[in-house]
Amino acid sequence: MKRKEFLEGSHAIAEAVKLCRPQVISAYPITPQTHIVERLADFVADGELKAEFINVESEHSACSVVLGAAACGARVFTATSSQGLILMSEVLFNAAGMRLPIVLVCANRALSAPINIWNDHQDSMAVRDSGWVQFYAENVQEAVDLIFASYRISEDPKILLPVMVCIDGYILTHGFEPVEFPSEEEVKKFLPPLNLPFKLDVENPLTLGFLGAPDCYLETRYALHQTHLELLEKFPYFESEFKNVFGKSINLKIESYFTQDADTIIIALGSVCGTIKEVVDSLRKKGEKVGLLKIISFRPLPKTDILKNLESAKKVLILDKSISLGCDGPVYIEIKSLLQGTNKKIYGFIAGLGGRDITLNTILEMLKIADTNPEGSYFLDVKKELLRDEL
Amino acid sequence: MFGPIFCKPASSKNYKTGSWRSTHKPKFLHQNCIGCGLCKLICPEDCIKGEEKNKYEPDLEFCKGCSLCAYICPKKDIIMEPER
Repeated sequence: MKRKEFLEGSHAIAEAVKLCRPQVISAYPITPQTHIVERLADFVADGELKAEFINVESEHSACSVVLGAAACGARVFTATSSQGLILMSEVLFNAAGMRLPIVLVCANRALSAPINIWNDHQDSMAVRDSGWVQFYAENVQEAVDLIFASYRISEDPKILLPVMVCIDGYILTHGFEPVEFPSEEEVKKFLPPLNLPFKLDVENPLTLGFLGAPDCYLETRYALHQTHLELLEKFPYFESEFKNVFGKSINLKIESYFTQDADTIIIALGSVCGTIKEVVDSLRKKGEKVGLLKIISFRPLPKTDILKNLESAKKVLILDKSISLGCDGPVYIEIKSLLQGTNKKIYGFIAGLGGRDITLNTILEMLKIADTNPEGSYFLDVKKELLRDEL
Repeated sequence: MFGPIFCKPASSKNYKTGSWRSTHKPKFLHQNCIGCGLCKLICPEDCIKGEEKNKYEPDLEFCKGCSLCAYICPKKDIIMEPER
């Protein structure tokens, strides 16, 4: 039976993961991710979920455990945040290179120093080149739906890529929302048992993670990249399979919100899109042609879909909640390279680092800057009184 | 699309990495060997073969010249000598 519950984001995600029947879960507690695996540990301890819950001493080990279990053909889950994700980073690159289906939830949080437990996108952006598929959720329902889709995609025998579902720390992990869950039968239909075409088995020994010398390394990386591109082509298939089984739609690439006739389009990822939609609604009432393009799949990047949805725009404003220090915001850099040769004006904005609130006024400030300033990259909400030239 | 991601075990035998050795290689003197086997145990490349006293030999097609065998030998019966 389908059911609707009013739940904390983390607990909703734990419910969704439980419905996917993972066989091995390993994680190390870190704020703001902790409630997800805490609840999953409860499910295992109470016998509601038949899985091995493996306690470890660090995130590097947690990711290694799920990598090893996935290599044995088990369906696995892990979750982390911030410092935990970058401690995992060595294993993340390996998991993708070894083509292991792993689903990881990253509760997005700022990176040290200074230590900060609040939300931005610096952690997952730092591992965007790892070969993992990366989805960014706007709200808890979207995060829950993305969990089901992520298992299906990662376990597809032609894809076999690890998938990271990024959800904004606190805003989504600790916010309460009514969430709709599918029935166990529906999830079973959508996610048949994992049947990995290669796995570690003492009866038939195999080497995974072998030495890839210059004669073959390049091909493994080429194939990994090609699979990301193939996945872009296959997203509509997964979307229709999702609809067939669960009876509702899911967007895996992008969501366009009033972009069709818009002069000005804002591009963003994650929960801040809710705030931007409010701004778009109020400006549309005043007759201003503003729209939002929400990127859901950041890896692979749906370039064609983004370009198509920006056709009408004269101005494109990109909001980044992270920065490639010494350059610009990562989303801005990529959109700018996509739009080369067009006459659109492109503005980048960095905001919300370390949990600084992005309010309706922040978005209006972006639009104001783009009205009166030359193209380029701008930092929002900087408190000048905290800065000095000399110590 | 997939590139090579798995293979039959022991694939590292296909890569004769002894040429990575730079300046020194071990020489087993076979004079005072007591057959303790420590050289074989400590070798990170697992490239020392042999079972009995004075029978241990490194496989220079895989040896990296790390000198751990010479270091661990209780009888100093292994020395490091310059390549060529």
